[in-house]
Amino acid sequence: MMSKLMSLTEAIQRYVRDGDLVYAAGFTHLIPFAAGHEIIRQGKKNLILARATPDLIYDQMVAAGCARKVIFSYMGNPGVGSLRIVRAEIEAGNLDWEEYSHFSMISRLQAGASGLPFMPMNPTAAGDLERVNPNYRQIIDPYSGNPVVVVPPLKPDVAIVHVQRCDAEGNAHIWGIIGEQKEAAFAAERVILTAEEIVDEEVIRSDPNRTLIPAFIVDAVCHVPYCAHPSYTQGYYDRDNEFYLQWDEISKNREKVKQYLDEWVYGVADRNAYWEKLGPQVHQRLKVGERLSAAVNYGLY
Amino acid sequence: MAEYTSPELLTINAARLLRDGDVVFVGVGLPNLACNLARRTHAPNLVMIYEAGVIGAQPARLPLSIGDPTLVSGALSVCGMYDIFALYLQRGNIDVGFLGGAQIDRFGNINATVIGDYSHPKVRLPGSGGSMEIAAWANRCYIITPHQKRRFPEKVDFRTSAGFLNHRREREAAKLRGAGPQAIVTDIGILEPDENGELILTALHPGRMVEEAKENTGWDLRVSGHLRITEPPSERELKILREELDPQRIYLKGGE
Repeated sequence: MMSKLMSLTEAIQRYVRDGDLVYAAGFTHLIPFAAGHEIIRQGKKNLILARATPDLIYDQMVAAGCARKVIFSYMGNPGVGSLRIVRAEIEAGNLDWEEYSHFSMISRLQAGASGLPFMPMNPTAAGDLERVNPNYRQIIDPYSGNPVVVVPPLKPDVAIVHVQRCDAEGNAHIWGIIGEQKEAAFAAERVILTAEEIVDEEVIRSDPNRTLIPAFIVDAVCHVPYCAHPSYTQGYYDRDNEFYLQWDEISKNREKVKQYLDEWVYGVADRNAYWEKLGPQVHQRLKVGERLSAAVNYGLY
Repeated sequence: MAEYTSPELLTINAARLLRDGDVVFVGVGLPNLACNLARRTHAPNLVMIYEAGVIGAQPARLPLSIGDPTLVSGALSVCGMYDIFALYLQRGNIDVGFLGGAQIDRFGNINATVIGDYSHPKVRLPGSGGSMEIAAWANRCYIITPHQKRRFPEKVDFRTSAGFLNHRREREAAKLRGAGPQAIVTDIGILEPDENGELILTALHPGRMVEEAKENTGWDLRVSGHLRITEPPSERELKILREELDPQRIYLKGGE
């Protein structure tokens, strides 16, 4: 077995380049904040940041000057309101953007992950997103003669995917909300995995249905406990809703945003230092109890 | 008659629109409370589906976001983002969708994208998320919103999701599988589409006046010949909302 274990610092140095199209995966769940922060620390520039929901991770990366463009389908602070930095930069004309509905965004990834030239969808008749984004096209279904809407594949230069556990080669188990983790990994040219736990291959083989990502599409494996905070990892720690609310306040004021980045991104060496700095009260607040699934019998053959 | 806040009134009236056995695409906030209330009253077999890919959720606490881990623990099934939109929504397995937006126009079209010009936005809103497809493909759509003139323009600045377009026959010509918006629940009353797809006032909440509804609507709001008064929130509905569903009053406190 070939180990791909390396530090997150090394993985970002090796696999994220200025100007890359980056997809940091995770629908609310498993958002790889530690990787976003490392990209900021390394001063990457001119990135195209794609995510269905840019979330705070891209708000922070845009604030730090890493991005020239965002691709998204819902630009909000989930459950809280506006994503203030991305919104302000778009309104000021400083940031390019490309916009979809959730279904067309995930259809683009699905096409990219499947090696297809486009994905068809039934028409929605709304019309205006299709009018302003030339990537939406209508073609005629050759079988029925009815119109279908198509979108081209999304093929990130690099996908960053956080998982509960994987082996050193990159076979990864994921559970809970699985969003677009698998599609992002298969669509991308290069794949960086971050994991709460690195486990033996035997653990992966004990439950193969839970393996969403196979090692042979993975380039780097990084052991990064608490990588997702203030997002969460199902069964490991809770979503820090309090921080999502706090960011709404912080992001109203650019000076406060700068202070936040200085203290919590530039001011810490890595995720371990960040997690220690959060302190025991936050650790306690985000602890989750146990709710185990019933075991399944794969059978001895 | 019991006292209640405006969000309580909206939630209770939205809950009453749900039928037992409905499969509902739920959003956070008031739609989530409305579904949970319906499940505890007249619709025990309601199935709650969240666009993050959770089917049959039984949240133990109030989720702040549609991707909250409490939705997953104890759910019937969890699937990926492509599957939830393709197998569940596009395939036609969703009875009810809840929609929201900054603007809703005379024919029930919704703007959740931008105020002003798209390329040089005056106000950039979050965008479609799931709403473009929910509006097209859920069998029935409901909207919960405060009744304000700026939210009800004659025509939306940007059509993020389709209501009846410019007339019911336009939606029918587009052959969308869903029937479109069926009711807009506001703090003044309820708007429903007439035979042309135009939203008209069909109900008032107790104590509210037709004039209030007209003054707070950006088009010449027509009134149904069968205007009814909604049943006031019952003690039981209020008790479930206050004691079980939102005891900290995160979503139900008044003042809006």
